[in-house]
Amino acid sequence: MERIPILKMGDYLLVTIQVDMHDRLAMTLQDDLTEGIARTRARGVLIDISSLEIVDSFIGRMLGNIAAMSRVLDAETVVVGMRPAVAITLVELGLSLPGVRTALNVEQGMSLLQLARAEQENINGYGER
Amino acid sequence: MNQKGKSRISEMISKRESDLLADWIREQLAATTLRGDLMKESELREQSRQFLNLIIRAASQQPNLDNINAPVWDETREYLSAISRSRAHQGFSPGETATFIFSLKQPLFAMLRQELEGDSRRLAEEMWVATSLLDKLGLFTTEAYQKGREEVIGRQQQELLELSTPVVVLWEGILALPLIGTLDSARTQVVMESLLQKIVETGAGIAIIDITGVPTVDTLVAQHLLKTVSAARLMGADCIISGIRPQIAQTIVHLGVNLADVVTKSTLADAFAVALRRSKLTITRVENPS
Repeated sequence: MERIPILKMGDYLLVTIQVDMHDRLAMTLQDDLTEGIARTRARGVLIDISSLEIVDSFIGRMLGNIAAMSRVLDAETVVVGMRPAVAITLVELGLSLPGVRTALNVEQGMSLLQLARAEQENINGYGER
Repeated sequence: MNQKGKSRISEMISKRESDLLADWIREQLAATTLRGDLMKESELREQSRQFLNLIIRAASQQPNLDNINAPVWDETREYLSAISRSRAHQGFSPGETATFIFSLKQPLFAMLRQELEGDSRRLAEEMWVATSLLDKLGLFTTEAYQKGREEVIGRQQQELLELSTPVVVLWEGILALPLIGTLDSARTQVVMESLLQKIVETGAGIAIIDITGVPTVDTLVAQHLLKTVSAARLMGADCIISGIRPQIAQTIVHLGVNLADVVTKSTLADAFAVALRRSKLTITRVENPS
């Protein structure tokens, strides 16, 4: 069965969506990702959607859900590289993904994750986990 | 058409082409609608000569002259629409453009009268053929003229749209979008697209939307602005809205528009200062310029 690969890099998980998402693929990704966060105790998730050209309300909602779920599992989510057409579509669909952090590219996304993590550690006390 | 078959207009015209042309040009030059300021006499002569030629050619192939949409009239119609279009661009009025055709009536009728003297029934029939042909051609000219004008208007609208949505790079990573004029749905779409495209091109993290030049902000405009802000945020860029005038601030509050999630500043300079601070940049005065 088709799967979207999830790469572990340090404390972060990287997901690069390079095919057009259909609903089942999205559900599989959601399962794999939550499991992956729990297993690897990742502190952040970076989802690169720069190759994603088509979104619908389901995929949009799924992105929001993934972010909410990983926050429950104590990991920040950053969505990077959204194309202008995709952004316009999501806004027109009324999905402005309020809980999701966004960045222009993978590099900025990574620094955003590191920043978020540093903030967390300041709040929780260093090296708590 | 008539019982004896085809009309003899085409024969008559080709026989007396030069007389007819001379009469027609004299008629046009004498008319009050002549626009010597827009068009040279030589050009008028040339156009008249070519057009008469085309009519003769078409008429010889379609003796009844009753259908100007037939393929034999293709060349004539093309030539005529080229003339109307160029006159529309030159600034002729629709009436002046159509007069080009209608002024042919008098010389043509005079010729028919001379040729068919004594045969009044025949004369009436040929007159009818000629007048209906010229009416159709005249209407066609007006339509072509209208199309030419519409093209001009469409192009201007497009240019205005493009002119009115420049995205400016203020600094590395900072974009500005000065909006001038009323925002409607179509324009917001263009604004949004050009802003997002520029964000991709420059990799800017902050975009300042300046609405100093937007005369009124109603709920629809506010909604369009918020949409643009959301779309930019989804791509990873923060937006600052600047240039909010006091009246507009009042309107926004009275309308109950929620701008709480967006950073707003009253001037572009304030917004730029915020953007610089977020990019960890400062501006300092040089004390001793060397």
